[in-house]
Amino acid sequence: MSDIQAEQSVSFVRKEMTPEKPAPSSIRGPVHWMKESLFSSVSNTLLTLLGVYLIYLLVPPLIQFAFVDAVWEGTNREACVDTHGACWAYVKAYFPQFVYGRYPVEEYWRVNIVFLVGALGLVPALIPALPFKRENILFMVLVYPVMTFKLLTGVSLSFETWIAEFVIAVAILLGIGAVTAYATKSPIKPLMIIIGVIALGFAAILAVMSIDFGLMPVETAKWGGFLVTLVIAITGIAASLPLGIAFALGRRSKMPAVRLVSVFFIEFWRGVPLITVLFMSSVVLPLFLPEGVTFDKLLRALIGVALFSAAYMAEVVRGGLQAIPKGQYEGADALGLTFWQSTGLIIMPQALKLVIPGIVNTFIGLFKDTTLVLIIGLFDLLGQVQLSFTDPNWSTPSTSHTGYLFAASIFWIFCFSMSRYSIFMENRLHTGHKR
Amino acid sequence: MAANSHQAGDGSSAKGSIFNDPKVRGYIYQIVLVGGLVYLVWNIVQNTAHNLEKQNIASGFGFLDNTAGFLPNQSLIDLSATSTYAEALLAGLLNTLLIAVIGIFFATIVGFVMGIARLSNNWVISKMATVYIEIVRNIPLLLQLFFWYFAVLRTVPHPKQSLDFGGGFFLNNRGFFMPKPEFGEGSALILYALIAAVLGVIIMYRWAKKRQMATGQRFPVFLTGLGMLIGLPLVAYFVAGMPITYDLPALKGFNFAGGMKVIPEFVGLLLALTIYTGAFIAEIVRAGILAVSHGQTEASYALGVKPSHTLRLIIIPQAMRVIIPPLTSQYLNLTKNSSLAVAIAYPDIVSVGGTVLNQTGQAIEIIGIWMLVYLSLSLITSMIMNWYNRSIALVER
Repeated sequence: MSDIQAEQSVSFVRKEMTPEKPAPSSIRGPVHWMKESLFSSVSNTLLTLLGVYLIYLLVPPLIQFAFVDAVWEGTNREACVDTHGACWAYVKAYFPQFVYGRYPVEEYWRVNIVFLVGALGLVPALIPALPFKRENILFMVLVYPVMTFKLLTGVSLSFETWIAEFVIAVAILLGIGAVTAYATKSPIKPLMIIIGVIALGFAAILAVMSIDFGLMPVETAKWGGFLVTLVIAITGIAASLPLGIAFALGRRSKMPAVRLVSVFFIEFWRGVPLITVLFMSSVVLPLFLPEGVTFDKLLRALIGVALFSAAYMAEVVRGGLQAIPKGQYEGADALGLTFWQSTGLIIMPQALKLVIPGIVNTFIGLFKDTTLVLIIGLFDLLGQVQLSFTDPNWSTPSTSHTGYLFAASIFWIFCFSMSRYSIFMENRLHTGHKR
Repeated sequence: MAANSHQAGDGSSAKGSIFNDPKVRGYIYQIVLVGGLVYLVWNIVQNTAHNLEKQNIASGFGFLDNTAGFLPNQSLIDLSATSTYAEALLAGLLNTLLIAVIGIFFATIVGFVMGIARLSNNWVISKMATVYIEIVRNIPLLLQLFFWYFAVLRTVPHPKQSLDFGGGFFLNNRGFFMPKPEFGEGSALILYALIAAVLGVIIMYRWAKKRQMATGQRFPVFLTGLGMLIGLPLVAYFVAGMPITYDLPALKGFNFAGGMKVIPEFVGLLLALTIYTGAFIAEIVRAGILAVSHGQTEASYALGVKPSHTLRLIIIPQAMRVIIPPLTSQYLNLTKNSSLAVAIAYPDIVSVGGTVLNQTGQAIEIIGIWMLVYLSLSLITSMIMNWYNRSIALVER
């Protein structure tokens, strides 16, 4: 290169770059920007004026309501009755109910620990740069749910019959495994180990569940507010992902019976509104159970929500599976991988990566849909807000507006951050499949 | 580890093992699955029969013939004090269909306007559309429904201080009142004129298309069609001697009498569904338009096609192919979401069914009816939209 440059040292070749000149004044600056994007034509100008007028109609009154005329301090309706603005004093007074529902005040610390540990466990798991991802996720999947259950309910389960049945089931499983291993002389020892570990883990969880830590039992009928919103949303999310993956695989299975069952399951749940599912779980599910067996109302709602969102998740995952080129399957087969190996190591990671936006969309939908439980008499955040309007102590003209504004902001912050995080992950993970 | 064991297993002995035959394994899995399901269903049926018997609830649909002790406050069919549960449920079903069809109509308009607005060159307009979409999509529909119904419609003035929109349109906390047309003698002629106009537009459309194919000349189909649709019935109206009169609502005592009344529950539900679904449709429309390669726009401009024609004749038709499938899901969602009506007691099928359930205790039958209704609605909507999708799909090879 340097040789060529040396040869070109003739006089008519420029030796240095001309300094950059600023763009002509007609195509830069705020004036030009306004000309281009606001007043480029008559119709555009009219649209701009219309838009500005709409903003004028909507924004100043909102600011006036939420901040200027708002009442921030007060102990009852006297404080807010004379203002046209938001009554934040009421939100302040009701804040504990909005977060905890009717959970006993002296037990709030249990809920707080659950929130705190949840946040501490979740945030590092969501930031890609931080280490110990696997340990973190194992903690969130195995330890955190058990801890949450113990802390929130305070119940120590007695497992006399359960334990007996469980021990028998494990014995049978291990027996079948051993016999099969012996009969076929096939080295399924790893499988035996896996079964053993799962059995031990399950037994450990049951053991912890049955320890009495001396916590006061709090029945779920007393739970409410944001606590219920989070419990339903997170359980639904946690249950729907594995269930959804299972049904998506089932729908693409070569076994006709498996495929048919999956298709019926998915199409049925997707075809009906969540409200009817919730009615079903609260009214009909008890009829399906044997006499004497009763489920908690919250648990019944959780089952309904989980099955419902599993069907949606299944379709999202199926979309991802369909987007994987056939060569990937053939490559896995050519390497001699079994179905579970190729699915778990090659197909699923790619498919799930492709459908992250869809999965997060389902999560957001689920988070918003938790509000529907108020129709079957569970009080989530919206339910508590709605309930607080009946309190004569705080009934002012602006109470309902304030309450809805508060609830809407909370839901908006959560849903909007989820969607932003999804965009962030999507950008981070786009390794090659995007042009 | 697993890979090692697999290789070793392929060695000598496992070759003939029936456990390693995928076919046999497949059969075993399926038998286990079907067996488990049959056992589960059998258990459920047994339990349910036992529980119902214990609670003295007769199963079956016989209760539908009993007289309903309540009347839905909006009904498209005539209900009387002797109406049966079946008639009440039918009224509920019709109310569901009504809100779904009108909601889909308005949500589509809002969605297309907002979706195109978000792509507008105009900074103010596109930012406004973005803010609308991002706010509305991230707030639960039930909250929005409560807001419109309890915080807005319930706080509008009493009938005496009704908001007067002029021309006989009034809004107060009893509902939205508007003039009701009354068809006098000779109105049939107007209907015939309208039918003739529709037929005329179809024939003209075909002829215009043929002519454009043959000669390349475009015919102003839209304006002519609009003229026919408005003009013909208008001519018939005057020929028949102006037979349509309006019954204007008027304040009588404490409430309005006469005219047509739309109950506030309907208005609230319609507002919530339209605004909520419109935001989702807007995103679908935007994605569809962005999916059309920019080269299409450039090529169209290079040929000297007007921007408005480019949008209408080149971009939108191609975008429709991307838009239709997700749009179908939004229509289905809107239909299913109309079941939130139960929260504000708009008498749709779920709300009416819930009342029937409370009165009779026939939970399984009522929920069965709900599921049947919604599953068939989903099926019909997707059939229509799939048919439309096929008719506009790109024909390849």
